[in-house]
Amino acid sequence: MADLNNFTIDGLKCLAREGTSIIDAARQNDQFIPTLCNLEGVPPKGACRVCTVRVNGKLMTACTAKISQGMEIENQTEELNEMRKSIVEMLFVEGNHFCPSCEKSGECELQALAYRFEMTVPRYPYFYPKRNIDASHPRIVKDHNRCILCKRCVRAIKDEKGRSIFAFLDRGFETRIYLDPDLAGQLTEERARKAVEVCPVGAIMPRGEGFKTPIGRRKYDRHPIGSDM
Amino acid sequence: MAQKITISPLTRVEGHGKVTIHLNDEGEVIQSKLHIVEFRGFERFIQGRPYWEAPVLVQRLCGICPVSHHLAAAKAMDVVVGAGTGDGLTPTAEKVRRLMHYGQILQSHALHFFHLASPDLLFGMDADPAVRNVIALAKSSEYKELAVQGIMMRKFGQEIIKATAGKKIHGTGAIPGGVNKSLSVDERDFFLKGEDPLNADAMIEWAESAIALFLDYHKKNSELLDNFSRFPSNHLSLVGDDGALDLYHGRLRAVDSEGSKILHDIDGQEYLNYIGEEVRSWSYMKFPFLTELGKEKGWYRVGPLARLNTCEFIPTPRAQQAFEAYKVYTGGKPNDMCMHTHWARLIETLFAAESIKNLLEDPDILKDDLATKGARQSEGVGLLEAPRGTLFHHYRVNEQDQITMANLIVSTTHNNQPMNEAVAYVARKEMSGQKTITEPMMNAVEVAIRAYDPCLSCATHALGRMPLEVALYDSHGCLIERKTR
Ligand code: SF4
Repeated sequence: MADLNNFTIDGLKCLAREGTSIIDAARQNDQFIPTLCNLEGVPPKGACRVCTVRVNGKLMTACTAKISQGMEIENQTEELNEMRKSIVEMLFVEGNHFCPSCEKSGECELQALAYRFEMTVPRYPYFYPKRNIDASHPRIVKDHNRCILCKRCVRAIKDEKGRSIFAFLDRGFETRIYLDPDLAGQLTEERARKAVEVCPVGAIMPRGEGFKTPIGRRKYDRHPIGSDM
Repeated sequence: MAQKITISPLTRVEGHGKVTIHLNDEGEVIQSKLHIVEFRGFERFIQGRPYWEAPVLVQRLCGICPVSHHLAAAKAMDVVVGAGTGDGLTPTAEKVRRLMHYGQILQSHALHFFHLASPDLLFGMDADPAVRNVIALAKSSEYKELAVQGIMMRKFGQEIIKATAGKKIHGTGAIPGGVNKSLSVDERDFFLKGEDPLNADAMIEWAESAIALFLDYHKKNSELLDNFSRFPSNHLSLVGDDGALDLYHGRLRAVDSEGSKILHDIDGQEYLNYIGEEVRSWSYMKFPFLTELGKEKGWYRVGPLARLNTCEFIPTPRAQQAFEAYKVYTGGKPNDMCMHTHWARLIETLFAAESIKNLLEDPDILKDDLATKGARQSEGVGLLEAPRGTLFHHYRVNEQDQITMANLIVSTTHNNQPMNEAVAYVARKEMSGQKTITEPMMNAVEVAIRAYDPCLSCATHALGRMPLEVALYDSHGCLIERKTR
């Protein structure tokens, strides 16, 4: 097993195959590194920066950096968690996230991380951007108010030729998620369901249903994010 | 020259009740107005949202009776998803929703009677507000048990809400076309056979003893309870198809002060054909009226008093018994005695407790046939009897599932004119010939408004005084005095 590397996370001895991303390697060793954009089995993007760790003293995103022999990774430190909390808070103020009426509540990764980081009072001013809802597709509703531009949908939802059905439109603060008009028809029932599933927030929702899972049985009601590791 | 007395600073309190009184040259009250600053932003910001969000979003209007808004919006959306009204839902969905609603009636009525009204009654309306509250009740050896009962009844109702809606406040249980959960056997048994006193039987007993307490008080104070702020009016509420008291579903009926039907059990979906809303320049809140009778004569009361005036019977035995005694008092005619609202409310509390027990004993509440759908509609109206009165939710939804229009008529709005009448009554009685605003006058206004229990945060202050501002004007429109607390 020559390609197995030894490394540590917060001083704990770990083992993973060379070339594995830090975030996957951590998962394999039962260590939780928070993320909003990374998705197992989908090429990483390094978009959200929530998975930032210190590797041999340097800050790196755990989804894009790869494991190597002897790495010393700091993960659950006060400094890093404070930084991650700030990122989550900035994502909240940058969009319009009204958890009380959002059907993703209880299953939303952004909300779950906010709870984990004990985000209680707002520290940054709200932007209250004016964004719309796009319900023109018969299978999904896109709520741009909630999109955190993680690009999971773009990376994970493809047609049989491997083309992304979702794309980004415009730039900077105007960036929003967009259904390629030529490929929108390829968003089958199954792909639509998957798009809803991969979206970490409530920006992609199924048409005609909501709040199906009762409070108490939602994903994070019983098992707060990261509690399984 | 008129003297201007201002008591400042005026602290703006959310939901502050503001009363203005105008005197003529002889110092008689010629006009009084109750101003309610109510911001109805929800009708605007729900626009564009997907229709299935409405039951969860709009309930945020209120922290005291959110279940009413939750259910009224869900009922409107039942129509939109083609599930229809009434028995359109599965028996499980219909019964779980009813259970949720009666849980809320129980907790809200208990709050209203035990926390708000009973201190007024037991310590006297003129008692110092510092001691006229539920804490003082709990501290006194005489009424301690009563205060505990009030608190436990609220708790029981709230636990029912939690079991059906997922949370005690602002749950998600009702969805368009049904519910997202039914009850487990454990949950059912907790309420039915729960440890004393937290079970359905205890609630029934306590509700009955609260009625007895009221009747005893009434015996000693009938002059006050029968005459304070009494005036004739029309009455409106939902009634069951058979004329039964039904707080969850029914047809709209109104009777006049003599008990004759003036709105004949219409389908709520058509409310716009029968009910208009008048805008008056001095108030943010509209004044609804029965269009056939016009603005002057068409106003009506809603709430417990109105409901017991429109219904023919109560479909649970103990509440029916109490109802019969209640009806005897007015010789079968509509009851227009403002303070009897408390009596009516307690009879409804008993009805809610009995209904909860019946529903818990129904095996349908344990089944899993939760939701249904039919042909999609573009519009829906949801009506409900909220604790404080009839609640209307009306929505239009476009082909892309987005809400394009919302109209909500809440019970406080229906009761706008009656509350103004009540304030006018108090003003005439307490203020005519007075040059200053007296403390008994402030108290009387508070008690009159509280009988309607409108959705003002001031009316729901369990402790201390209702934030209230009263301003007195002379015949030239000059402010004589303004008093606030
Ligand atoms: S829609 Fe969802 S998955 Fe797509 S970029 Fe926005 S947040 Fe990420």
